[in-house]
Amino acid sequence: MKLLREILFPLLAVLAAFIIGGIVVLLIGDSPIQTYRLLIGSAFSWPDGIGYTLFYATPLIFTGLAVAVAFRCGLLNIGAEGQLYMGAFAAAWIGIKFAGMSGWVLLPACCLAAIAAGAIWGGIPGVLKARFGSHEVINTIMLNFVAIALVSYFTQYHYKTPGDPILETTPIGPGAHIARLGKFIPGLPERIPLNFAFILAIIACVFVYVLLWKTKWGYEIRATGANPTAAEYGGISIRKQIILAMAISGGLAGMVGINEVLGYRYRYYDGFSANYGFVGIAVALLGRNHPVGVFLAAILFAILLRGGIFVDAYTIHVSKDIVDMLQGIVIILVALRPDAIFGSLKKFSKAKA
Amino acid sequence: MRQILTLALVFSTIRLATPLVLAALGGLYSERSGVINIALEGLLLAGAFTAASVTYYAHSPWVGLGAAMIAGALVAYILALACIRFRADQVVTGTGINILFIGLPAVLSGALFLSSGSTPQIPKENLLPTLSGLLPGFMPHWRILTEVSVMSLLALILVLFTRYVLYRTPFGLRLRAVGENPEAADAAGVGVNRIRYVGVVLSGALAGIGGAYLSIGQSSLFTRNMAAGRGFIALAALIFGKWRPVQTMLACLLFGFADALTIQLQGVPVSTVFLRIAIAVLIFLVIWFIAHQLSFLNRSRIIELVSAAVVSVIMWRVVYAVTRGTQNVEIPVQFIQMIPYVVTIVVLAGFIGQSRAPRALGTPYQKER
Repeated sequence: MKLLREILFPLLAVLAAFIIGGIVVLLIGDSPIQTYRLLIGSAFSWPDGIGYTLFYATPLIFTGLAVAVAFRCGLLNIGAEGQLYMGAFAAAWIGIKFAGMSGWVLLPACCLAAIAAGAIWGGIPGVLKARFGSHEVINTIMLNFVAIALVSYFTQYHYKTPGDPILETTPIGPGAHIARLGKFIPGLPERIPLNFAFILAIIACVFVYVLLWKTKWGYEIRATGANPTAAEYGGISIRKQIILAMAISGGLAGMVGINEVLGYRYRYYDGFSANYGFVGIAVALLGRNHPVGVFLAAILFAILLRGGIFVDAYTIHVSKDIVDMLQGIVIILVALRPDAIFGSLKKFSKAKA
Repeated sequence: MRQILTLALVFSTIRLATPLVLAALGGLYSERSGVINIALEGLLLAGAFTAASVTYYAHSPWVGLGAAMIAGALVAYILALACIRFRADQVVTGTGINILFIGLPAVLSGALFLSSGSTPQIPKENLLPTLSGLLPGFMPHWRILTEVSVMSLLALILVLFTRYVLYRTPFGLRLRAVGENPEAADAAGVGVNRIRYVGVVLSGALAGIGGAYLSIGQSSLFTRNMAAGRGFIALAALIFGKWRPVQTMLACLLFGFADALTIQLQGVPVSTVFLRIAIAVLIFLVIWFIAHQLSFLNRSRIIELVSAAVVSVIMWRVVYAVTRGTQNVEIPVQFIQMIPYVVTIVVLAGFIGQSRAPRALGTPYQKER
């Protein structure tokens, strides 16, 4: 029953969002069926559809996991956006500074830099909450802007190729490149940027599952999230758990940089994130803060991102912005409490009778 | 320095602070009633888009302004419904609305104007006027003062009005009671959730006006994501202003000043003397903060300040030695852009005076059975 509800409710929310979106499309004067066929159907062609969908899913898995880990500790990490920028820039920075090094050293160093930078940026609001009790939501929002300004400054003033009109850094060393999956999978051309970061994302899902449900650390994090007072009474240091959960969360968000910098562009590109950090909130909520759910939800949103490009090209009025719209509606609907909905439905039917 | 600190900077500050004041005032009504309003950004966008498209068709900025107000209120009603009736997480719902209003205006403008996310240009005579444009011949010798937009004046009036409502009327008392202690308010016969609905809807209407100013006051069309984080700066100003109307307005002016400075300083070298003073103040504040945290120093404020001053002077000598010889430097705009956000984090951490949120902020209220 519980499992059924965990699966059924997110599905209903998605369905409802699609219906609302369909009505908007209809009002605009396009066919909802054709729009949705483009939006969802485009993802299933081999190799382009599936390759790009999995590539788009990779950052969403990381940010979804990041939000989910914090959520399990009772914290809302709105700052994945800033953390992933810090992670991406750190990866590029190591890749540029030590460009000549062998890949065996450079690649792990870049990955660790991305994770560490994200973890530090996520840890700051954790420390602020644990030490001063200031709300992590506001602090993570503020740190998003600080992070974006900070990496933009470093890119513009220190790591840009002189004369380059685009705000991007010089390329990273070839040793830091992550192989694209097209090299190993027959039929998948190498121009599709799907790379080993996707495998890393699956490993991250397993890691989060093991961490949260199979280790003492994870137990303490979940206990703090479920009932902080009881957890403290049971001898758990809540402050430590808050800092730990935020740092892990930030580290996961920072891993987006591995996909973006090391696997796709091979340099840091200013403003690359398509709101991955915020969509991560939708992914985590829709996935019920469980790694398996996060994975599936990330695939769903990636399908929409991929389909949006085709909606833009092949419909008359509807643009790809419908994807942002659907994401927003899904977030709002998933946030509603089922018991409150059933409560008001009961009231409504009673009032009618 | 002189070419930067001019009258133009003052007016630029007022212009840039106006949408912040309107949005922050909106946030104030919602948050004082106990509902976190992260959605200010989305509400600004909703207002801006509605104002621009309605003005385009109706050829009157006042109709557009009214429509923006209604649109903001309607969107806020959705937020209120989700957060109050369905007890959804307030922050999550707000984030959802923010993302929804990156997409929805773009989808609608694509359909209405066949554009990629923006509305057509609106002719100048259909924009919200300045004071002198509204009342030609009013105080002709004070052209400088009457060049301000009507909306800036409206924002000022609304701040004073809010101050009056909040502290001098029964509604204001109820609003504050509901945000501080809903159980007690309920026991006294106040409809907690009804007051919260009113607070959130008012916040949407005000943010809608702020959005209208962005699209048909400050510029002449709606462009995709034109709020550009102003909703969040307004939220920051609300916290910096300790959830009080006049202080919040002053915070908005400070952040507007930072914004104006960003535009003025672009590419202009600043004398090192000025910069050194700024760094000295910064070092002192940081050291004082650290001293305040150390348990063996914070027994008395005098010991704290003196030790902070001594350490600051030593560190300052080091900085001075390092920067010796440089004459003029360019300040990267990114550092000025950061100011509002860093200030908010510092304020929230309890330095520069406590900033305490309404006690029931963020918790849905359920009547006991």
